[in-house]
Amino acid sequence: MRKARTQQAICWLMRAATYSIVLVIASIIFKIVWNGLPAISWEFLTARPRLSGSEGGILPAIVGTLVLVVGTIAVALPLGMCSAIYLSEYAKQGKFTRAIRLAILTLAGVPSIVFGLFGLGLFVIFLRFGASIIAGCLTLACMILPIIIVSSEEALRAVPQSLREGSLALGATKWQTIRKNVLPYSIPGMLTGSILGIGRAAGETAPILLTVAAFYLPRLPKSIFDQVMALPYHLYILATQHPDVEKVRPMQYGTALVLLTLVLGVNLAAILLRIRIRRRQKW
Amino acid sequence: MKTAWQEKAVKLTLFAAASTSILIVLGIFTFLGKEAGHFAVTPGIEKLLSGRWVPVSFQEESFGLLPLITGSLLVTVLAMVLTIPFGVGASVYISELARPLEREILKPFIEILAGIPSVVIGFFGLVVLAPLVKGAFGLPTGFTALTGAALLALMAIPTVISISEDAIRSVPESYKAASLALGASRMQTMWRVTVPAALPGIVAAVMLGTGRVIGETMAVMMVTGNAAVITGSPFKSVRTMTATIAAEMGEVPFGSEHYRALFCVGIVLLLATFGLNIIAQKVLKKYRMG
Repeated sequence: MRKARTQQAICWLMRAATYSIVLVIASIIFKIVWNGLPAISWEFLTARPRLSGSEGGILPAIVGTLVLVVGTIAVALPLGMCSAIYLSEYAKQGKFTRAIRLAILTLAGVPSIVFGLFGLGLFVIFLRFGASIIAGCLTLACMILPIIIVSSEEALRAVPQSLREGSLALGATKWQTIRKNVLPYSIPGMLTGSILGIGRAAGETAPILLTVAAFYLPRLPKSIFDQVMALPYHLYILATQHPDVEKVRPMQYGTALVLLTLVLGVNLAAILLRIRIRRRQKW
Repeated sequence: MKTAWQEKAVKLTLFAAASTSILIVLGIFTFLGKEAGHFAVTPGIEKLLSGRWVPVSFQEESFGLLPLITGSLLVTVLAMVLTIPFGVGASVYISELARPLEREILKPFIEILAGIPSVVIGFFGLVVLAPLVKGAFGLPTGFTALTGAALLALMAIPTVISISEDAIRSVPESYKAASLALGASRMQTMWRVTVPAALPGIVAAVMLGTGRVIGETMAVMMVTGNAAVITGSPFKSVRTMTATIAAEMGEVPFGSEHYRALFCVGIVLLLATFGLNIIAQKVLKKYRMG
């Protein structure tokens, strides 16, 4: 009898642990949405900042983040997909393949600020790009590469072997088989992974801090060698470096809400896409 | 003939793409090592062992890493003390005790937490948690190691939950069936059979979570107060390695001693996370849970 009660207690304890996490997540989102909504207006989204961010809008930061995300994906997606195709379809067990896998695992664990240092050393200084969009995109691309490779490979492996064998048996070459019989079925899964990468690239601050982000730059970028403002960095600056932190609270909440909406929206899209793929593809 | 040539070209392209991961890793070690190496020659690697981090000074600059390393350690240990009970408890609950529908809702909801940008979590810490900590413990400031650790725990928990949950689920159904058939209760089976069988995976999950915590930058920088002092108290302000790089890199002249010292901090950080990651992956692989 005593034992049964202890078991009940433990069960409740774990339930409490789980739901307290849920509660914290909910309160973070609620707090940002509740305080952020009043700050959002057409002007906030489409005007340029004035008086070092105290007034006006956050258009350059929104544009900056979008530019960075598009540039990052343009670099990381082809590279990641090709890597995944190689690993899943061509690679043989061996030293080199093991080295690639080790490298991917290592990249996945490297802290974002270290990517920032690397981007600063290689792209900004060694290759003389300066603090620029291109340096930031390349740095972010290195960071999200493992996410794209891992999820793309998973999508490729989910395609049944029989589809490959059927095509090969009809005399198609390996690449023809991959292009016509494997990729069409795995592209949606590969895209899901890259969407998660987009979310990560849009929300990260530390790497762009060292490679691209501008403190305050109301004009919009003209070339890939320009600096840009970005939403996460803008929020950081407003919340910690601004001379009158309390006064610009509404701007901070507004920026946080826009960033959160963007990142969670992207993640939600990935989750929904994943559910749809699972439902449609039952081998 | 043309197709054979094409096949080769495709294979070569894919091979080249796959090799970039190796190149990036080598590049990271080279570029961090290069600058850190300069520091090791002049002013010398022993400078890093001093107990003071005073990178800008009119008298004598000092680049001792100890306060930063102890700062990172303190925050990490506190964060893991918070992460382990919540993360492991929740993963056991979700995988073993929750009803199917409950699980389908809880899992994506906690995945959301993983998607919240660290700067937003830091901002939440700044406006909500720091005042709470200040009030609850009667401190002069809410920007303490504990505040940072609580935020870091939030960021590590989704990692720990998702990997431990996989580990718990990969325990063969036959183990549980055998235990139940011998007359053990559901709870006994869970604690004596399922969780012990999944333990290596849970340990690896905690290690990967720790790696995430050590490397986290923005949230810590915003709430730990950033005082470079050696302390063991959770209620004092500390400065972590990551925050030091992020806060100071913007203002240092390229090629200066301070600049190079920051790369040394980066190397320490890289080696720590690299080591944790490799060991965790070895554990997962050994027990076929990865």
